[in-house]
Amino acid sequence: MQPSQNPSRANLAGWLYVSPLVLVLVPFFVAPILVVLAASFFATDGFGGLTPGFTLASYFEVLHSALTLKLYLATIKFTVLTWAFTLIIGFFVAYFLVFHVRNQLLAIGLFLLCTVPFWTSNIIRMISWIPLLGKEGLINQALLATGVIRQPLEVLLFSDLAVVIAYVHQLTIFMIVPIFNSMARIDKKLIEAAIDAGASRFDIMRLIVVPMSKSGIALGTIFVVSIVMGDFFVVKVMSGGGSASVVSAFYEDVGVLQYPTAAASAVLLTLVLVAIISLILRTVDIRQEITR
Amino acid sequence: MKKDRGDIELAGVCKSFDGVTNVVDGVNLRIADGAYCCFIGPSGCGKTTILRMIAGHEDPTAGEIVIGGQNVVGLAPVQRRTAMMFQSYALFPHLTVRENIAFALRVRGQSKADRLRAADAMIEKVRLTQFADRLPAQLSGGQQQRVALARAAITEPRVLLLDEPLSALDEQLRVQMRQELRRMQQELGITFIHVTHTQIEAIALADLVVVMEQGKIKQAGPARDVYAHPHDRYVAEFMGGQNVLSGRVEKVNGASFVLAQAAPSGIEVPLQARSTVSVGDRVDIAVRRDDVALVRPGRDLPPGCTTSLPSRVLAIEYQGYFVKVMLDTVPDDEFVAYVPEKTFFADPFTVGDVVMATWATGSALPLA
Repeated sequence: MQPSQNPSRANLAGWLYVSPLVLVLVPFFVAPILVVLAASFFATDGFGGLTPGFTLASYFEVLHSALTLKLYLATIKFTVLTWAFTLIIGFFVAYFLVFHVRNQLLAIGLFLLCTVPFWTSNIIRMISWIPLLGKEGLINQALLATGVIRQPLEVLLFSDLAVVIAYVHQLTIFMIVPIFNSMARIDKKLIEAAIDAGASRFDIMRLIVVPMSKSGIALGTIFVVSIVMGDFFVVKVMSGGGSASVVSAFYEDVGVLQYPTAAASAVLLTLVLVAIISLILRTVDIRQEITR
Repeated sequence: MKKDRGDIELAGVCKSFDGVTNVVDGVNLRIADGAYCCFIGPSGCGKTTILRMIAGHEDPTAGEIVIGGQNVVGLAPVQRRTAMMFQSYALFPHLTVRENIAFALRVRGQSKADRLRAADAMIEKVRLTQFADRLPAQLSGGQQQRVALARAAITEPRVLLLDEPLSALDEQLRVQMRQELRRMQQELGITFIHVTHTQIEAIALADLVVVMEQGKIKQAGPARDVYAHPHDRYVAEFMGGQNVLSGRVEKVNGASFVLAQAAPSGIEVPLQARSTVSVGDRVDIAVRRDDVALVRPGRDLPPGCTTSLPSRVLAIEYQGYFVKVMLDTVPDDEFVAYVPEKTFFADPFTVGDVVMATWATGSALPLA
């Protein structure tokens, strides 16, 4: 094709190519973000009514509240813990599937098995931890029966521990998939070449597999971080109301009709997430790694 | 420093992946220290499997592999002191040329300064100094090949194994890198084992050419032996440059026998290495394509020629210093004469001409 011959036609073709994405992104992403952004600058009468205008009052309120910092710290704690555990588990599951299961059919089968928990809803998956972690749950009963403890452990359920467990349970797959993907693209000959050079199994992991799975690790990290930071439901259910997160705070705001404050918090969180993600992208050039 | 011996002996080596068929079937071979050995054969003949067994990436199902007097079966590549250069090179894409070459030293725990110095020396040897900080993807095929060679050679192995090292390159580069391989081998003075499916590559490089078919060695010997004196029809056809004819022995007289053919005179063949031929045997013979002369019917045969086969010219290909003339001399097999350019154009034939294909009796070679 020679675009110089008929630029307007080439332009039109270009727009037609991107139109499906634009048609999805504009109404479902750009428009809501703009609405939230606008609402964050509006004033409120305190009963859900919004007065169009431009005030930074909501931002001032959010940024000056001591609670905001506390919530961010709590959320970041959950995020870091969840990220660390999903990364470790996800990496090794993917590693096992790619490098130790010789039969490719079996590897794909096992990979699909990892998705089985997703055949049921998020809520059911959380509730299903109760018989295991609860006061009368399996773990406590087992520990009591073996005499390791005399009193049932209360920390297992409705605690920060339970929140992290639920997150890890839900989100490990988001680590496995992209890491599996980038690992599967590592030429097995490279591993052989490393063995030939005298590399130990640990050397191979450290010098070949990890660096070459970087893009998968970065993608998984983006998934996990953005989901945990944007979640309130798991915290609410699994902590039994004992813990809160950034989002649960503005969920409360919405509940009491404080739309501008909620919107301002949302914008703030979006900015924080954008900062974190751009930091990740700065460390790992995902685009380059994917097209490699 | 005393150089370790890199002579290799394969004794009854077998390899089966499924327990039923042997991909490598009872191979016995001795490769001298410091030799350049080429394994050649069609794909699936087991040549790469042999290479991988010598390298330690595959264990033989049966048999022994002895390097420098030591049975190495079960040992890791590092313990064998072998290094392999992989087909399509398997360079680490995330490491620079220098890091790729220094990799083996890094995992051996050498200090950064030491290993980078050694790598730089090796980089100079393969003339890549200006590319040392590039990633493999930023190099041309020939440069990548040199990186792979340097990466394999840096550990000072006693045997270097090359799996189709030139197959990823285009024709011109292949010829150039072939020289480079030979130069490196002489410089390092170690045993090279090179797997290829290109005849020219094998005979151009190797001290020892090993022709394989279906897991077995068909012939092993110096390049000239294998090319000029193939043992059997398979080797003759695979190595090329030969016309293979077959027929029944009509009569045996002293040092030669006569092969019955469509030709009125039959084909006289010296017995040479073949000691026993009796009348009625079916025998294959080979005649080098460049030994075949073409004479117009009715003209005198050149001296020393007793056989002449009437043929029709099927096709003519100009090849520069010679002309390839394809003939219908033998009903089912191809029969080709390589006529020197000047001879051909002194009296050129055209397609469809009838000619007499002839050769000096002594140049016909009976095959096993």
